Amino acid sequence: MLNFLARRLAQLIPTLFFVSLLIFSLQQLLPGDPALVMAGEERDPAVIEQIRHQYRLDRPIPVQYVYWVKGVLSGDFGESLRNKEAVRTLIAQKLPVTLQLASMAIVIAFLIGIPAGIISAVKKGTAWDYGANLFALWGISTPNFWLGIMLIFLFSIELGWLPASGYVPLFEDWRASLAATIMPAFVLGNAIAAILMRHTRSAMLQVLDSDYVRTARAKGLSERSVILKHAMRNALTPVITLGALELGTLLSGAVLTEQIFSIPGFGKLIVDAVFNRDYAVVQGVVLVTATIYITLNLIADVAYILVNPRLRG
Amino acid sequence: MTEAALTAIAVPDRAEELESPSRRALRRLVKRKGAVLGLIVIAIFMLLAVFAPLIAPYDPIATSWTLVRKPPSALHWFGTDDLGRDVLARVIYGTRASLLAGAISVGIALAVGVPLGLVSGYRGGLIDALISRMTDAMLACPSLILAIAFAAFLGPSLGNAMIAIGITATPIFVRLTRAQTMNVKVEDYVEAARAIGNPRWRIALFHILPNILPALLVQATLSIATAIIAEAALSFLGLGQQPPAPSWGSMLNAAQRFLTNAPWMAIWPGLAIFLVVLSFNLVGDGLRDALDPRAK
Repeated sequence: MLNFLARRLAQLIPTLFFVSLLIFSLQQLLPGDPALVMAGEERDPAVIEQIRHQYRLDRPIPVQYVYWVKGVLSGDFGESLRNKEAVRTLIAQKLPVTLQLASMAIVIAFLIGIPAGIISAVKKGTAWDYGANLFALWGISTPNFWLGIMLIFLFSIELGWLPASGYVPLFEDWRASLAATIMPAFVLGNAIAAILMRHTRSAMLQVLDSDYVRTARAKGLSERSVILKHAMRNALTPVITLGALELGTLLSGAVLTEQIFSIPGFGKLIVDAVFNRDYAVVQGVVLVTATIYITLNLIADVAYILVNPRLRG
Repeated sequence: MTEAALTAIAVPDRAEELESPSRRALRRLVKRKGAVLGLIVIAIFMLLAVFAPLIAPYDPIATSWTLVRKPPSALHWFGTDDLGRDVLARVIYGTRASLLAGAISVGIALAVGVPLGLVSGYRGGLIDALISRMTDAMLACPSLILAIAFAAFLGPSLGNAMIAIGITATPIFVRLTRAQTMNVKVEDYVEAARAIGNPRWRIALFHILPNILPALLVQATLSIATAIIAEAALSFLGLGQQPPAPSWGSMLNAAQRFLTNAPWMAIWPGLAIFLVVLSFNLVGDGLRDALDPRAK
């Protein structure tokens, strides 16, 4: 176990190095002189020279990289070109909003995906199974921005039940906060529910076919007890770790969802930054999401070993 | 066990025995209603894309101030948009951007990912470690966020969106090819090929690659579905197809602003994305089952 952990952590170092290299090299893709891009409307050569010097664009690229990594490691992601605020502050402001959305989405995904998967496995080949599979296919194939637009049309415009856009912090007014986030959270959770359903189904089918389930049935346990106590516990472990991983996917999905519902979160931050050519913010957001994702991966791996005695060794 | 059952096991059906693996896969595929339906829908959309100028009832970028946001009618089946353009014509022309983005970005991912995966899986050692860590790094960045970042730095255009999506789709193919190569390279026929003195590149290209094609085909089909959604997403955000050229994603973006008085603008492009993506997913799932050698 310790051995595995050590190896797993050692692998992180080159991965993080390549992530940093990848994100740093993004700015090398900028067409033309980055100093000119950063200067925007400004055409005064002295100002451009000053920008070039300030951002060390006059230094060789490897040197620029070292300075950049040094900054990132000490928590300095640079500053937004637009309002001169530290990228770190911007991210710290927006991240909680997206995390609220993502947590709600994960809860929705589990509430839909797991029961649907269990039912379709237990009632394999019936209309229930067919329905659950159709739902999964629908969930995977529906672009979440379209689903969001359709929900706004139905619940905000036609029925007038929910606000079409905006955000209220949870601690300010939890009712209004939930009303504003329930649709985007459902949009985000829906696709993941579909993935979870498919995994739950195949895990359950495998377990239901196993010897210990046959034993449990043979000794006369009720079907309910066999499924809930014996089969489900074993089947769900990998599914739950998988669900934790999907949180990373949620951050991606949040970009569009927040855009549609005008929620001032992480996703909206990166999109706005893209259009304001605020490249330091773009890099900061990618870096933070990658770090979150890598950490979740690590936790999922470790959790998987902790709950699976056979792998503990 | 009866005599009949024994012979049934011992002597396989002659037709079955003579059937080539690809024919068998095809026969299994056409037995799946979902996959066949998916293929038909994809074929229809491909025809729409190729023959768009012949099929579309109007010019997709011709604006008209007298026709702004007209609901669906006999003249304009899907209605008109905020600039008086025919939505049906735009949906038909939009097929081009979507299918092209799906095909080209997955083509890029295959062209880059498969050779890297082959080298990584076949050679092993330091080069494998290097490629694997780079793949991990790419996979650590959520794909849409990475694609947005690439598209942002490359500049907004359909071509750059395809490159961005292609790059973000690459690591999956590296991983898949690597894993499959490692499975296949220990097989006897690879051993035999090496024993008679084939050079490494020849073994990789002619002995390993053909055997991992089924897995790649399944992944490519599913990746096209993802790529089409990604293109629509980037175009929706304004980072893909630029106006006035039609794309389903950018049509949805415009539609959102007029949802209250022109909901038809949002329904059709979204439905088109859904149908195409659903079809590729159906075909991908069908192919996976049809190509699975363990399945009956």
